[in-house]
Amino acid sequence: MKPVRLIEGRGVPLERSDVDTDQIIPSEWLKRVERTGFGRGLFSEWRDDQNFVLNQAEYAGANILVAGPRFGTGSSREHAVWALMDYGFEAIIAPSFGDIFRNNSSKQGLVIVELSLDDVNELKAVIVEDPRRLLIVDVEQLLVEVPDALWRRSFVLDPMIQQRLLNGWDDISLTLLRDDSISDYEAHSNAPTLLGVFDDAGHSR
Amino acid sequence: MGKTLYEKLWDAHVIPGEAGQSSLLYIDLHLVHEVTSPQAFDGLRLSKRRVRRPDRTLATADHNVPTEPMSVAITDPISKRQLEALEENCAEFGVTLFPRGHENQGIVHVIGPELGVTQPGMTIVCGDSHTSTHGAFGSLAFGIGTSEVEHVLATQTLPQQKAKTMAVTLKGQLSPGVSAKDVALAIMKRLGTGGGLGHVLEYRGEVIRALSMEGRMTVCNMSIEAGARAGLVAVDETTIDYLRGRPGVPSGSEFEEKAELWRGFVSDDDALFDAEVVIEARDIVPFITWGTNPGQVVALDGVVPSPEDARDDDQREATERALTYMGLVAGTPLREVAVDVVFIGSCTNSRIEDLRLAASVARGGRVASNVRALVVPGSHRVKKQAEEEGLDQIFLAAGFEWREPGCSMCLGMNPDQLKPEQRSASTSNRNFEGRQGRGGRTHLVSPGVAAATALKGRFASPTEVAR
Repeated sequence: MKPVRLIEGRGVPLERSDVDTDQIIPSEWLKRVERTGFGRGLFSEWRDDQNFVLNQAEYAGANILVAGPRFGTGSSREHAVWALMDYGFEAIIAPSFGDIFRNNSSKQGLVIVELSLDDVNELKAVIVEDPRRLLIVDVEQLLVEVPDALWRRSFVLDPMIQQRLLNGWDDISLTLLRDDSISDYEAHSNAPTLLGVFDDAGHSR
Repeated sequence: MGKTLYEKLWDAHVIPGEAGQSSLLYIDLHLVHEVTSPQAFDGLRLSKRRVRRPDRTLATADHNVPTEPMSVAITDPISKRQLEALEENCAEFGVTLFPRGHENQGIVHVIGPELGVTQPGMTIVCGDSHTSTHGAFGSLAFGIGTSEVEHVLATQTLPQQKAKTMAVTLKGQLSPGVSAKDVALAIMKRLGTGGGLGHVLEYRGEVIRALSMEGRMTVCNMSIEAGARAGLVAVDETTIDYLRGRPGVPSGSEFEEKAELWRGFVSDDDALFDAEVVIEARDIVPFITWGTNPGQVVALDGVVPSPEDARDDDQREATERALTYMGLVAGTPLREVAVDVVFIGSCTNSRIEDLRLAASVARGGRVASNVRALVVPGSHRVKKQAEEEGLDQIFLAAGFEWREPGCSMCLGMNPDQLKPEQRSASTSNRNFEGRQGRGGRTHLVSPGVAAATALKGRFASPTEVAR
């Protein structure tokens, strides 16, 4: 994962609540075995509509999505995160998020910013007023800023996630440093395993 | 002070971190399927890592397998490639796999319990949000994304933060004709899509105690729809009786010793939850979703809601958008709404008890001429048992299709899909826009309502077709 400190760019408001991961990337895209190229499938059922916000010229190239409550609920598909990032989004700002989506985002370096509903609505208004305005998401200071509108809010991030984002740390490497603790745990665990349950062909013994 | 079941499961599996480290949760069982694993196995290959515990990893093909007989080849090259990738990956990394057509193959959340590899007191993960199903056994089970799949394959652990706990207490006795799916929809009606965010739900009370394991799985299955990653039910004799004799559990005195241990996986009487919700059984009736998220629930006897009844602007807009997408007019009685497709299946409602319930309604009837009705058993074992009981013949005689196991029309990754503007009565878990096929309109119902709807050609309750 690449380190993420500061995201600068423009915002795009998505005026919908309960945007589930099936909407972010429909299941027909899930058959692929690759990790790249999902941007074309992002919101694909809505993008046919010329009035959909991502099709509006003033929002072309925006890299910060400002969304409604409960963004990313539903299916665990990490493809939703891959699609948002492949399309060009680097941060999502919303009042609340699906738990699995939030986790998946943290593994890929997509920054999740949770603000109150009122703050999100204010920010949307600031963007709609002038879509060219510069937005800043500062992962180090935990701030969202629109300098041109003198608008600034702080947000909260799990300190572990913040450290991983700032340093670009890979979770698996970090965990493997604790291999001894895991082996210790395993030595004392009496949880059942699959040993002896199935034969080589997967038939029950 | 006592501990909740969640706290007991957490304490038994946590590997605490030192300052500046995450807590790691040890994973006892990792279930794998074709859709969320190929990129994870690729990651292992790239970093020259192995699967740490193949003996704690089990794979099946389910999401995109066709539900035609094995003799019908897979025509979609991308689906075929993904199923082949699963076979290659499992062979390379030494993971037991049940491929299409295997006697143990089926939907991942059906086969874990029926094979007895899902057991009380375990931690179970899978790259699928409906992993919450396994919580019915008093095990901590939740869905993860592909990066986490790779993490578990490599380390058998996950960095985790402790969740909050919520008791969902269901009091009283269910009325006749009300099923576990209606309990799940009643909970959705109460919590909505966000009520469970950040929480692990524990379902308790007389209603839950009286449910079979199949019914408890249906309830736990939909925990994620309320935003909760996991749902739990405390172990009791129903749990133990279900597991006795299954392939994954020991037999004889060894089983009884295990069972004694399992009986401890309950919340202590004096345990405190962070939140509690109480639902009375008398308020649970046959339910149906009318909109495009699983919290949009009304009584089957009710009418399509109006945007005027919304409590805020956000809900009003959501209602208007859902009505447009669903092609419904506010105030229309649901029982007057005609359907095109009936789907009985999915990890919510494809177990033997679900099929028995649907068959009892379908027996001697005839699927309406305007309806295509599919029955997709959850696994080959469910299919075989249903055939031994003659359920397949009841369905076929009534004009239902009797198909091979898989996730099928729940998410439309295989050829079982709705066409634009087709309306379905579905026993699955998600009525999202396009979930069952682009432009498709999904209504979530119980197996009994689904079967009655197939016969009537419009939404109907089992009592309407009783003979």
